Amino acid sequence: MTRPLLRVEHLTMRFGGLVAINNVSFTAQHGEITALIGPNGAGKTTVFNCITGFYKPTEGRLALQSGDQALWDDLDTLTAGGAKSLRRADGGLFLLERMRDFEVSRDARVARTFQNVRLFQGMTVLENLLVAQHRALMAASGFTILGAIGWAPYRKAEHASIERARLWLDRIGLIDRADDPAGTLPYGAQRRLEVARAMCTEPMLLCLDEPAAGLNHRESAALNDLLMLIRDQDKTSILLIEHDMSVVMEISDHVVVLDYGEKIADGKPAEIRSDQKVIAAYLGVEDEEVDKVAAEVGL
Amino acid sequence: MDVFLQQLINGLTLGSIYGLIALGYTMVFGIIGMVNFAHGDVFMVASFIAMVTFLLLTTWLGISSVVLALFIVLIVAMVLTGFLNWTIERIAYRPLRGSFRLAPLISAIGMSIFLANFVQVAQGPRNKAMPALFNEVIVLRSSETFDVAVSYKQIVIWLVTALLLLGFWFLVTRTKLGRAQRACEQDPKMAALVGVDVDRTISITFVIAAALAAVAGTLYLVYYGVVSFNDGFQPGVKAFTAAVLGGIGSLPGAVIGGLLIGLIETFWSAYFSLDYKDVAAFSILAVTMIFLPQGLLGRPDVEKV
Repeated sequence: MTRPLLRVEHLTMRFGGLVAINNVSFTAQHGEITALIGPNGAGKTTVFNCITGFYKPTEGRLALQSGDQALWDDLDTLTAGGAKSLRRADGGLFLLERMRDFEVSRDARVARTFQNVRLFQGMTVLENLLVAQHRALMAASGFTILGAIGWAPYRKAEHASIERARLWLDRIGLIDRADDPAGTLPYGAQRRLEVARAMCTEPMLLCLDEPAAGLNHRESAALNDLLMLIRDQDKTSILLIEHDMSVVMEISDHVVVLDYGEKIADGKPAEIRSDQKVIAAYLGVEDEEVDKVAAEVGL
Repeated sequence: MDVFLQQLINGLTLGSIYGLIALGYTMVFGIIGMVNFAHGDVFMVASFIAMVTFLLLTTWLGISSVVLALFIVLIVAMVLTGFLNWTIERIAYRPLRGSFRLAPLISAIGMSIFLANFVQVAQGPRNKAMPALFNEVIVLRSSETFDVAVSYKQIVIWLVTALLLLGFWFLVTRTKLGRAQRACEQDPKMAALVGVDVDRTISITFVIAAALAAVAGTLYLVYYGVVSFNDGFQPGVKAFTAAVLGGIGSLPGAVIGGLLIGLIETFWSAYFSLDYKDVAAFSILAVTMIFLPQGLLGRPDVEKV
């Protein structure tokens, strides 16, 4: 049974005359790790930027759903109606292409990381996780005023947020370094902390842009475990850009391959591994063989 | 020695006031990267609010306890000045956010001129005086020619400043508001993505900066007993110098810078020339900019590649 979480439909992004993404469609399922792969310049990060509201797509629809699957039936009504989102007691339906970046993270609950580490370097590891729970705390504290006078429900909320931070520190193995400035952590730990911080915002969908870049084997393995834990225990869906094929093949449930802005394959890791088009895109072929290979793989 | 001690006492008092104003500059700079040139005038408006409130309380309501009156004045000045600065941010700076860097700066200078002129029209161009408070002094050392004395008002200024700094430090380091503020300061985009309301955090920063300026304005009024519409400029620019000296963006730096500027100014006037005291203070600005552009406690600006 498929339970779509995110539907990318006919996504096209042009920058002037440059077509970065051309008519890409795919679906990410609830509770799965979907990997987005492709050679350099294939448009992976552009897809991410469209999903997370950093870019406004030239064409296409990006729909995210939470709660009851039946909400998908209202997708066309919502699209025609011109609103950004549809929210009901049993869930919500969001048109991400109509929302700005902070609305995507706040309302549609899509969290993301970047290719480069963007922690709050001067704040402690613990504070990085607490600041990600800011909104919940603000609401609970009556905007600081009640919190400052020690109002009981706020103290409870604060306690809960520290517990959550502690849980994540435990999972990423940084409980001993909770009070160190985030900037002093080794690179692999900073990567894991970034994932943990994104998870502290309680996202529906976690978008990770090359989380394993620059990690050594052991760090990369630790990250794999963390991502699988997030999928299996927290039931959070992950959309992942990754270059490291061992990571992709090991942890993803579904792989989408892009090349020159077009989708060339979409399927289970095992299917992708043996896909001729993917192999050709990754390994490349000599100029004179292009036609031959293209004929073989049916382009 | 006696003169030195007396000037140390005077310098620390003046420095406390500069430090409080400098905190406002440095906080706003830290969070939106803009020098708020209207901050000195916000301080001046706060002095006027304090004076009017004090006179209302003592003459109309007949409150005879000076300490109680001063306490109420501080609260009223903080609230009203906070509201004023919130409004200024809302109408003069927020619409220009994301515009080119000079735009909010020019807007701030305009706001500074507006505030000074508004007060000049509303309150008149002459110095406004109020009755002197806390006139008692404690004589520490006495000799035939010179008494070293601490006045009650200096003690009041130190106490209020110390308490305020303590509360402020708690707010910035221990509460989630301070956490959000530091997050916005380091990476506003990322802060927005993890759920911090950046606009609201900036507004609150302006309110806090104004509250500190309001306390500084009240203390300034208590210390000198007079205030005029153009009193925003000089203390404002000196506090800005203090913020630069301490390292703009650094909160402890602002306090230390303020104390240093206060001390330099008083010692210069005592030992060298009273007429050149402002020259001395502002020379510090030039020297800091040339030899120590990141200030005493500021982070060096590392270019990311």
